[in-house]
Amino acid sequence: MTAVQSAFASPVVLTRAADLPVLPTAEFTRTLARRVGEGARLLTYYGRPGDAEDEVVLTAALIEPGGLQLLRGAASRSHPVFAITKDQPQFQAYEREIHEQYGLAFPGHPWLKPMRFEGKNLGRMDDYNFYQIDGKEVHEVNVGPIHAGVIEPGCFRFSCHGEVVYHLEIHNGYQYRGVEKLLLQRPLGHLTALVERIAGDSSIAYAWGHAQAIEALAGIEVPDSVELIRGVALELERIAIHLASLSGLLNDIGFLQGSSTYGRIRTAAINASMRCCGSRFGRDWVRPGGLRFGLTPALVADLQKTLRQLASDVGECNALSAESRTVQHRFKGAGIVTTAEAREIGLVGMHARACGIDMDMRTLLPGRAYSQFPVIGAVEPTGDCWARMMLRIHEMDESLKWIFAVLERHAELPKSRAPITALAPDSLAIAVTEGWRGPIVHAIETDAAGKLRHYKVQDPSLLNWFGLALAVRNNEISDFPICNKSFDLSYAGNDL
Amino acid sequence: MLHSIRVRRSQGWQFIPDVRKADPKGFRGLPHIAAAPCAEGCEACRDVCSPGAIKLDPFSLDLGLCIFCGECADVCPQDKIKFTNDFKMAATQRADLIRRDGDGAMPPIAADPALKKIFGSSLKLRQVSAGGCNGCELELNAAANVNFDMGRWGIDWVASPRHADALVLSGPITVNMAEALRLAWDGMSSPKLVISAGSCAISGAPYQDSPVTDRSFLDAFPPALYVPGCPPHPLTFVNGMLDLLGIGR
Repeated sequence: MTAVQSAFASPVVLTRAADLPVLPTAEFTRTLARRVGEGARLLTYYGRPGDAEDEVVLTAALIEPGGLQLLRGAASRSHPVFAITKDQPQFQAYEREIHEQYGLAFPGHPWLKPMRFEGKNLGRMDDYNFYQIDGKEVHEVNVGPIHAGVIEPGCFRFSCHGEVVYHLEIHNGYQYRGVEKLLLQRPLGHLTALVERIAGDSSIAYAWGHAQAIEALAGIEVPDSVELIRGVALELERIAIHLASLSGLLNDIGFLQGSSTYGRIRTAAINASMRCCGSRFGRDWVRPGGLRFGLTPALVADLQKTLRQLASDVGECNALSAESRTVQHRFKGAGIVTTAEAREIGLVGMHARACGIDMDMRTLLPGRAYSQFPVIGAVEPTGDCWARMMLRIHEMDESLKWIFAVLERHAELPKSRAPITALAPDSLAIAVTEGWRGPIVHAIETDAAGKLRHYKVQDPSLLNWFGLALAVRNNEISDFPICNKSFDLSYAGNDL
Repeated sequence: MLHSIRVRRSQGWQFIPDVRKADPKGFRGLPHIAAAPCAEGCEACRDVCSPGAIKLDPFSLDLGLCIFCGECADVCPQDKIKFTNDFKMAATQRADLIRRDGDGAMPPIAADPALKKIFGSSLKLRQVSAGGCNGCELELNAAANVNFDMGRWGIDWVASPRHADALVLSGPITVNMAEALRLAWDGMSSPKLVISAGSCAISGAPYQDSPVTDRSFLDAFPPALYVPGCPPHPLTFVNGMLDLLGIGR
């Protein structure tokens, strides 16, 4: 077990592999189940190939009062692994993924559906039997993989009775690009560009997590100014994408003034990012060891001016939208996930917060940026589309306040970039960033020569797609578009 | 009602009147390549280029592979590569995307009179993402928003392939999406075009070496327009479409 050294809880944990005891399979799953059952938050649970032919090494990261803690176990393809999902459904996606990637057997797991149709399932998206409900008046509706709008592909199969959805099965994998394998094949210096393009609406969140993990392995501590600029970039990303989601949500109910106004305010936010770093998505801004672009006094002044205007425009549009009876009528009570359900299935990020669960990595594991300038996490209790809309509105306000607080204190934030030369051998670094959807996890492990031996990426969508499936139950199928948009999950982030 | 008026007033007029003359401040767009030769034996730009867009002896930079990170310009000891905020980068020929010594602005797109006649006042687009990361998808959506407003020239996104004249592709084309892409294309009536938007669609870069992509669709149906960028700026897309159709020329 590795203790966190800093005064605040760090979003990064680094350990030598040798210092991490490898528990036998049964003891590992028993310990993991017990600690999560006792209240530890499960951050990630994944496998990697072991040294022996049949061996799979299982690793879990838990958030406990002392910070991030790691747990490791050995498993074998020739021996079954206890399916914790049977008792704690929040393990379902992790065990499905480990089963698909490494062929471990989880007897008793209720639903080992492929997570993304990789390996032996590649190219077999249609070779799959969806869950079916019998009954002469039950009918099925298929949506996708190509959707009506300009969005990523994914398939939804509804079992309906009349207009009411009994069950939704989500079928992902169309976006599978083999990211995790590519990350092991490329030179270290080329990785960030790929990481930023895994789920391209969260480029900053991905790049920051990657940078933190690599910096931990390289033994580099970047200056505070670098962490603060990364924070500004991340909050700009959160504001911009929340605006895009709000625009999409209002478009889906035909509330066009709100939709087009949020849409054009997003332009102001992403153009501000572009003036800082050349990209409207903040790409190629963050790099391990530092940053490629600093915030000059002129850029700080520009951001302050732009965001003051943005805050005022957003405020007007928030009032227009939230007070509209049309908007309230369509969103209130639609697509509810209860707090108990959200806990049971392990929802994370903004989707958990919209169900009344106070869970934000920026407050749980704040690191330097968010301990110098704390964020007050927003929470909405009702778990419906309305909650997910209002949460975005409150989070934008918080992000704006955070950026203003940083820029008020720092009239200039210089860039710096330390070269990454060598990584610690036989070590494991896990870093987490609270992207606009939720926690994005990078787990990077090196071999004896300090080369990458394993790279695990986890998008919050891996867990949260199941939340959408629950949200639409007993709703009218015509409300599916708003339920889906209110989640706005990543297909590419799930499929990798 | 009062709110609506206040929002309307704060909105003002947001559309870009002349999309050909916009000035996107800070945008890292078309790289200009100086004519002066590289320093003897220098390979710095090639080494930092993650998608392998740069070739040396002689120097060339392929905009179809480029992800516009700008790292090459950072490391060049001679300032040979200079990224400008020029967004006019679309081309009808794949070879035109390869930039060489002394290259500045892109060659103008020769509008096709036949395309102009058929689609010059109405072109409906069906977007298919086949491994796109949601960067291209967001920017393609933005091309129709109140700022860029490509609908003013009759260019719009439509839901059904049956209603579409062109298929706008994003992403490197994953194996898992290849069949659905082909079905969407087969569902469109002729005449019809393919447009490749973004470096993934054009060349597969950053996923060009992924073994789980299948790009055979593009061998069978070569694009009529290549729109570089990672993701392409909406101005790059809108200008490319206008030039292809000869609108406003």
